[in-house]
Amino acid sequence: MSEQEGSPAASLASRLVPVVLVAVALAAFPFAGSKFGIDLLTRIMILAIFALSLELLVGQTGLVCFGHAAFLGIAAYVTALLTPQSAPAPLLLLLPAAVLAAGAYALVVGALSLRTRGIYFIMVTLAFAQMAYYVFHDTPLGRGSDGIYLYFRPVLSLGGWQPFDLDSGHTFYYFVLASLAFTFGLLALLVRSRFGHALAGIRVNEQRMRAAGFRTYAYKLAAFVVAAMLAGLAGFLYALKDGFVNPELLSWHQSGAVLVMIILGGLGSLRGAVLGAFALAMLQELFQSSTVFGEFARHWQLTLGFTIIACVALMPNGLVGIGRQIGRRVFQLRWRHA
Amino acid sequence: MPEREADALLRARGVSRSFGGLKAVDDVSVDVHRGSVHSVIGTNGAGKSTLINVLCGEIQASEGTVELLGQDVTRWSQPRRARAGLGRSYQRNTIYAPFTVLENCRLSAQAALQRPWDWLAAAERCEASVAAARHALERAGLTTQAHLVAGTLSHGQKRQLEIAMCLSTMPRVLVLDEPLAGMGPEESERMLALLEGLKREHGILLVEHDMDAVFRVSDQITVMVNGRVIASGTPEAIRANEEVQVAYLGEAFAD
Amino acid sequence: MDPVVFLVQCLNAVQYGLLLFLVASGLTLIFGIMGVINLAHGSFYMIGAYMAYALAPWVQQLVGGGFFATLACSVALSVLLGYVLEWIFFSYLYEREHLQQVLMTYALILVFEEMRSILIDNDVHGVSAPPSLAGTVPLGELMTYPVYRLFVSGVCVVVAAGLFWVITRTRLGMTVRAGASNREMVQAMGVNIKLLYRVVFSAGVGLAALAGAIAAPVSSVYPGMGNQVLIICFVIVVIGGIGSIRGALLAALLVGFVETFGTVFFPQAAGVLVYVLMAAILLWRPEGLFRTA
Repeated sequence: MSEQEGSPAASLASRLVPVVLVAVALAAFPFAGSKFGIDLLTRIMILAIFALSLELLVGQTGLVCFGHAAFLGIAAYVTALLTPQSAPAPLLLLLPAAVLAAGAYALVVGALSLRTRGIYFIMVTLAFAQMAYYVFHDTPLGRGSDGIYLYFRPVLSLGGWQPFDLDSGHTFYYFVLASLAFTFGLLALLVRSRFGHALAGIRVNEQRMRAAGFRTYAYKLAAFVVAAMLAGLAGFLYALKDGFVNPELLSWHQSGAVLVMIILGGLGSLRGAVLGAFALAMLQELFQSSTVFGEFARHWQLTLGFTIIACVALMPNGLVGIGRQIGRRVFQLRWRHA
Repeated sequence: MPEREADALLRARGVSRSFGGLKAVDDVSVDVHRGSVHSVIGTNGAGKSTLINVLCGEIQASEGTVELLGQDVTRWSQPRRARAGLGRSYQRNTIYAPFTVLENCRLSAQAALQRPWDWLAAAERCEASVAAARHALERAGLTTQAHLVAGTLSHGQKRQLEIAMCLSTMPRVLVLDEPLAGMGPEESERMLALLEGLKREHGILLVEHDMDAVFRVSDQITVMVNGRVIASGTPEAIRANEEVQVAYLGEAFAD
Repeated sequence: MDPVVFLVQCLNAVQYGLLLFLVASGLTLIFGIMGVINLAHGSFYMIGAYMAYALAPWVQQLVGGGFFATLACSVALSVLLGYVLEWIFFSYLYEREHLQQVLMTYALILVFEEMRSILIDNDVHGVSAPPSLAGTVPLGELMTYPVYRLFVSGVCVVVAAGLFWVITRTRLGMTVRAGASNREMVQAMGVNIKLLYRVVFSAGVGLAALAGAIAAPVSSVYPGMGNQVLIICFVIVVIGGIGSIRGALLAALLVGFVETFGTVFFPQAAGVLVYVLMAAILLWRPEGLFRTA
């Protein structure tokens, strides 16, 4: 994480205020927004959780993983498979099961993949994600490319009392918002903790960390598993949202998309991950809109492809980087006129 | 200074390391005692870097043993040796350029008290690692630069930081790889003064090319050529050794 | 297993493996020498195949040529495409970080897929083998083997041999290998490194496109073929070791056998077996079988 200029208090305020504002705006939205808007924002928030989980791996630890969608997909499938056909499942069983399944796969895959570095690591993580894709696509476990439907969202039952009903669109929205807040808060704590600082050190110079006495393999594996479990949380919510899972959730298009999100938003920043998820989702909506692009909206992937190339080439620090530049200019202007 | 067997903090016995057919280090034995500096000199390609890497655990020895503080660490990994009291500095700067000078040392110090599961405590408020870091910065003379970003330091300051990071883990033995590399005369003086100061509480294994510095600060010198030790003794003995003069020091040192 | 059936499967495995080698060799060369990870490499395979399909009527009309003329045309156009691509796009990727290369080449896949969708279509197509190679060879008393598949293997062997010869015995090959280990030195010696890289890149693209074009009659032409091949090639490069042509050949044949016999014995797990193989190799040798870089 880069160092900010100015006093620590002002710097903390300038970072906290936008986050709080966004949280308040998100909480207020359902009162004014359309059903379409609520639906879209729910999806974006789930993607934001997914992006945040990858940010821990890529931005903080420096491990470029191109198979992160596997964890999203595995958790989603476990959610669907463990939901009975005729009645809702208990939330306290389903959520941990999904998250732990993702974590378990990460433990095995990570233990093997982290024996490699650099380019090999990228290729190996992609390969293992593809393996999971094939398991769900070809074997009877996943019921093939048609996917599985979920007919009931889970219920939270505390000794007979049900505090909320996830079947309501609004309630589910707030459940997702709470999950996003939890993920953001957890990662914010983690990043400033000893563990987080050690991960940052590994990113900058792993050899130096080993020379100081850190067992870097263990740290990287831990980060890998934590990131996978948070991606699993996103996968659980994804399955619940549409009531449908299919193997494309594990495809490398999904893995590629989440990487694009964190680069777009700005690597090395939690806010960047959330911003990037929002920006990519909006871009996709824009490019697919026939009102703007007419017939060409069919070929939105072409427009998206060129946009990604342009963004990576021209905005190396992402949207957050541009935000900082603007902020700096404004600050300089005000100082000069003071 | 009398050096007893029992005082050897780091001991290499018959260490060899081969890469395919090439024997980069051949049957080398080196002792490092508390309160003394043992320098290893030799021409380029003599095997000094490989020897250091084997001693520190970055690569494994093909033959021989390495003992640290009386324990056989030959099969130990580098992090494990570091936690047991072996500190290392590198020839090229391996500082964490984006972090502050203080954070560079604090992070190194954290290795001694890791607690990775504690996500509630902020790392930068961890008293033990901050104290160790400040102490190391003081020894290295970098206290006023503590809040600067490490990448903005001058080359000499970066070399000092390299040593400070090594000290932050509170090692008993220091293995220093060309700490004077790229330094001007003033900076070298400061570094040598630092090494003289460190000598008292630590054992130091020094690899250096600056011969004046080596002869000034060393208590014992080992000369390597083509992976083998050709001479080992006090600076006076080495200076007088004809084989060494011929192989390495050149006519200027011949009496 | 009946010995003749076994022989057929072996021939299939070798043919598949050699085809994969053609694609993987380009990938490993481009990474080993220029340090670029190219996710879009599979797209060149797809482009070669779709060109073999789409250009056939044009070649027939303009030159009166058949399969071989179309093949030559497809490869030539692909090499040209590779040359231009390197010039306007890939040369800017050499100095960038892996993550940026991954994203930019991933975006390139999206562009290629849509371009294909616009210029040709999204359907599956068959391509017929030329009449001269459409026959079969008898194997044993009851079975036969398609001549065309033997042709594919033959072409791959010839190309592989040519590749080995160029890399190890010509000045160009020597320069390429030198450029891989020390770019500045080679430049200082007056070699036009930019041109060298462009040539190597175009060759890599040509190899992949050739593979796609000759594979078309065997595996048909379909939208996902590029991506499928790419990931298998990644596995091959990981197993064989980056930058090693020998490694790529060995690994490709290994993968060919595992996939072919895997489909026979464990039809449902076939897609997964290759990754199990990769995992096993990673446990044993994390840097691949023949690490050079």
